[in-house]
Amino acid sequence: MREEPRTPAETAPPRVGAPLRVQGPRQGHGTLKDLSRPGRRAFSLPELDVPETALPADQLRHVRSGLPEVAERDLVSHFTRLSQLNYGVDTGFYPLGSCSMKYNPKIAENVAQLPGFQRAHPQQPDHSVQGSLELMWRLEHALCEITGMARATLQPPAGACGELTGLLIMRAHHERQGHQRKRVAIPDSSHGTNPASVRLAGYEALKIPSDARGLVDVSALEKLIDEDVAGLMLTNPNTLGLFEEEIERVTAAVHDIGGLVYYDGANLNAILGRCRPGDMGFDIVHINTHKTFATPHGGGGPGAGPVGVTEELVPYLPVPRVERLEDGSFELEHEAADSIGRMHGFLGNFGVLVRAYAYVFLHGGDGLREVAERSVLNANYLAERVKGAFPLAYANGRPMHEFVATAVPLKEETGIRAMDVAKRVIDLGYHPSTVYFPLVVEEALMVEPTETETMESLDAFADAMLQAHREAHEDPELLHEAPVTTPVRRLHEARAARHLILRW
Amino acid sequence: MLRAIGLSSVDQLFDQIPEAVRLDRPLDLPDGVSEMEILSDMRDLAARNRSAEDLVCFAGGGAYDHFVPAVVWALAGRSEFYTSYTPYQPELSQGVLQALFEYQSMICDLTGLEVSNASLYDGATALAEAVNLARSAPGRGRVLVSSSVDARYVDTLRTYGRGAGYEPELFDTVEGRGGEPSVGDDVACVIVQHPNAYGLLEPARELFGAAHAAGARAIQVFDPLSLGVLAPPGDLRADIAVAEGQVLGNHLNHGGPYLGVIATRLDDVRRLPGRIVGETVDVDERIGYVLTLQAREQHIRREKATSNICTNQTLMAVAATVYLGWLGPQGLEELGRQCASKAAYAAERLSEVPGVEPLFGDAPFFKEFPLRLPRPAGEVRDALMERGYLAGVPLPDARGHALLVAVTERRTREQIDGLAMALKEVLA
Repeated sequence: MREEPRTPAETAPPRVGAPLRVQGPRQGHGTLKDLSRPGRRAFSLPELDVPETALPADQLRHVRSGLPEVAERDLVSHFTRLSQLNYGVDTGFYPLGSCSMKYNPKIAENVAQLPGFQRAHPQQPDHSVQGSLELMWRLEHALCEITGMARATLQPPAGACGELTGLLIMRAHHERQGHQRKRVAIPDSSHGTNPASVRLAGYEALKIPSDARGLVDVSALEKLIDEDVAGLMLTNPNTLGLFEEEIERVTAAVHDIGGLVYYDGANLNAILGRCRPGDMGFDIVHINTHKTFATPHGGGGPGAGPVGVTEELVPYLPVPRVERLEDGSFELEHEAADSIGRMHGFLGNFGVLVRAYAYVFLHGGDGLREVAERSVLNANYLAERVKGAFPLAYANGRPMHEFVATAVPLKEETGIRAMDVAKRVIDLGYHPSTVYFPLVVEEALMVEPTETETMESLDAFADAMLQAHREAHEDPELLHEAPVTTPVRRLHEARAARHLILRW
Repeated sequence: MLRAIGLSSVDQLFDQIPEAVRLDRPLDLPDGVSEMEILSDMRDLAARNRSAEDLVCFAGGGAYDHFVPAVVWALAGRSEFYTSYTPYQPELSQGVLQALFEYQSMICDLTGLEVSNASLYDGATALAEAVNLARSAPGRGRVLVSSSVDARYVDTLRTYGRGAGYEPELFDTVEGRGGEPSVGDDVACVIVQHPNAYGLLEPARELFGAAHAAGARAIQVFDPLSLGVLAPPGDLRADIAVAEGQVLGNHLNHGGPYLGVIATRLDDVRRLPGRIVGETVDVDERIGYVLTLQAREQHIRREKATSNICTNQTLMAVAATVYLGWLGPQGLEELGRQCASKAAYAAERLSEVPGVEPLFGDAPFFKEFPLRLPRPAGEVRDALMERGYLAGVPLPDARGHALLVAVTERRTREQIDGLAMALKEVLA
């Protein structure tokens, strides 16, 4: 059973407190199972209006499931309470680096609930879902224009699945060239999904070092890759928030050995309307709609990970594909000789694509360029405010939409670590930045404010970071103990892994 | 703000982009519009779809028109849930974490298996992940699949198999079910869908027994809403159970976002893909929840991870948790009883139409069944749409003269009688 959050000591400096407020009288209750009482129920179904049928006796369930038995009223107070234990973008500033936690426009939620979209069945014939198919067609072509690609698939339900899709396309391309290659090059600062996807695509990961500026070490790259390398995966701006200034040399080096260059769209937000992966020499691009195009992150998903490719790679795109016929109508093409096949049971996370469409066309070409400008301006402003306390990991380059600072000097001076700073920032009223990523930066604090925050909220967050830094010197216990204003305090993660309790 | 960072123009922020790759023109997209305009555009698009809103829906084949009670999205739609992300800071994420812990618990309750993860993308990709898990056994690489498993699932396996290095091998069924997989000691798993892609009940115990006799894992693709009446995968001795969780409170959404369900035995917990939530305590010994066993995952283990999945379908899992809480054990049973009874009634009524008969005689089924029609099923389906029915999903069987009909608890006797009447008229 939970108790009331601990009252902060009276001597401590004033605290804003974590922005979670559990309202209502039942702060102490546990899981839905604890509310279960025999015979209690929420469901209502009409009386069966046909004769009852018996299924074969040997197929039947003998013991009723152990699902909880609760009233609808219990459900509502339970999940309302759980929601109050949760911090979302709507709650406040959420500068979780590499995740682009921007504000999600409400109109996108409304249009996704239009019955024509929400209640369309995926097995309906094409002529009865022309609205959906046209939406997908228009979105695909908008994404191609934004990324400089020829065609795209909207099927992958998340970025990591987009990566696997792109790598399987790479694989199919090399198979067609008659020489299957063994490795895919990845910078050491990359997201963990990159090497994991590489392995799932049947390749080995070849690690490429970063140079002193935090960029791909192009000379090392040129030495390390050979004709056994199928391609390179790269984020640009990269995971350190820096633009790969020698990008043309990078893509040329990979093309020279017959490889393909894959653009991980994690950081596309920074360059919308300013430059395009296709123009930099990338062959395959995935997009995270839940980052760049503001589809809500859903507590961890759903997302969508469309993949765009150059003209040469179009034959390998997954099926089904949306095609426009001469009469202006749309159909799904289910067969294509060289296609890698199917990446999802149906058409992908269609409801997410509806929201992405709303965002893209609400902003338009001009608005998307402004998104990039504001996101980069906000990140640079915030970096400027905090870098005296938390120096940038790579101070030579101007960060783009996010920056990676380090708590190494603070740790050396006070023993306080990045995690302690993050936890103290929670007590000061904010969701903290990403910590300990990318792995190549010690004591990393990766901050991505996004374009949807005002200067006032950036200032307030910077003040919180600076206050935590000051307190680390003056009253380090505050940081070691933090958070103290949350519904639970620091949790024993090692104990969770040792004594597995994965269900009630 | 520009002044604060010592710049005089926004363009300077982008100076590090080499000139040669800069876009020197505006994007070729329409300019931004107001909220009213985007709403009007998208209403027009939505209006050009027909859907289960205006058609009486008997279509299934992997997605079903079950009723979604109001409470599900009133709660799962709270923005504290849907605007948060993967709970990397557990102190600020106890809501999603606890909901996922409850989801995992309910999936275990349903399936009779010991451990569930916190969600995968959908049923088809969950099956691909289950195969990867099964193939982790040394020396066992082959994947045997009943030919009555949904073709879209098999296609998905084929695609994932290109990278993982296997080709799914189909074994024949007899009259739409059963069959005799020849399981050698190089086989990783035998995959059976029960109820299968035709809606038919499989002799799952025997098929799984054959898998176990040769040391292979048994994988069941199941329907979560069948488990109020049908024996759960754990009782049938399945080692891994996967499902399309759309039926658990998620809308049809033209194919997604749906919910990939996976459950296994505890022995396999360290090979499970994706997020897993565990219960623990905080420094004050208060119960709380965290992501656990993260050493399996891509952000820690990189190329040695059990899967590449990062973003999953958490919100759909939260909706499923509310839905299963709404249903409870009695509701689950009653819902299963209603689906089975209404489907049986529909099969009987539709088979009375001259020229129409069950595709596979009197094979038992749950909520979906295949019919043989005297005319191509696509044509018949289209003609019935004119009369307000989404009559089912055409199958390639019987030279395209087969229609798969699904009946959920939402369908009334009157609607079923109406479909039978309309079918009779269309075929007359």
